[in-house]
Amino acid sequence: MTVRELASHPDFSPIAMPNPDREVKGAYIGDLLSWVMGRAKADTLWLTIMSNVNVLAVASLADVSAVILTEGVTPESDIITAASEKGINLISTSLPSYGAARVLVALGL
Amino acid sequence: MAEELVFRFDVDGEDFTSAGQASVQVKKNLRQLGVDSEVIRRVSIAMYEGEINMVIHAGGGTALVKVYPDCIEIVLEDHGPGIKDIDLAMQEGYSTATDTIRSLGFGAGMGLPNMKKYTDSMDIESTVGVGTTITMRVNCQEVL
Repeated sequence: MTVRELASHPDFSPIAMPNPDREVKGAYIGDLLSWVMGRAKADTLWLTIMSNVNVLAVASLADVSAVILTEGVTPESDIITAASEKGINLISTSLPSYGAARVLVALGL
Repeated sequence: MAEELVFRFDVDGEDFTSAGQASVQVKKNLRQLGVDSEVIRRVSIAMYEGEINMVIHAGGGTALVKVYPDCIEIVLEDHGPGIKDIDLAMQEGYSTATDTIRSLGFGAGMGLPNMKKYTDSMDIESTVGVGTTITMRVNCQEVL
C-alpha cells in the first residue's frame, strides 16, 4: 500500500503529501521521540499525538513513510510547510491511535 | 588509506526548533556519497540523539562527522556541565530533563542508550564542570 492509497481512506486526511508514492510496510505508535526513533522501522507509519517541529526531524531520520497525527491533532501551518519542504508525508485522523491502528490492520497492514 | 572526509557542524544550544538540522544534513551528505541506507539511518539517529542532548543539557556544542573507508565516526563535543554518573545515564529511562523538555516529546531517558544501540562503538569522556566528548563509530562498506 502507498501513502496516497492510505490517505484516500475516509478515516484519514492528507495534510502534506510531498512523497505520496512511498510504500507503507507497517506502523508504530508512540509519542516519546527518542523511543520512537529507537524502535520505529523505516518505511512504516508513525502514529502520534505530537505535532511540534521536532517530529519532522525524527520522521526524517527514522525514515518513516508518513506521520499520522491522531486524535484530531492539527499542526501549525509552519509545520505543514516544513513537512512539505522536507519531504515528509503528514496525515491526520480524528481517531485515537488505537482506533487508527485497527483501521490499518483492517486494510491489511 | 584514503584521506577521510570531514563534516563539521555547530549545534545551537538556544534553538530547540532547529535541533536536528545537523543530523538531517549529515543524512543528505552520506546519501550523496552512496553510503548504505541502513548505515545512514544508524549514523543519523545516533547523531540526532547526541545533538538533542547537547541542546537540552549543554547549551550546544560541535559535531564532527568523519567518513573513513570502513567506518563513519561521529565526535560530539560540548562544554556543558558534564555527566556525573555515566553508568546511570546509560540506563534506559534515566533522565534529568525538565518537564518542559518532556512536553516536547524528549527526556525519555533513551538518548545515550539509543546512541549505543545504533553504533558499533561509543566512548564517553566527561568531566563535571568541564564538558563531554562522545566518539561513536558505525562500521560500513568501503565508500571512499
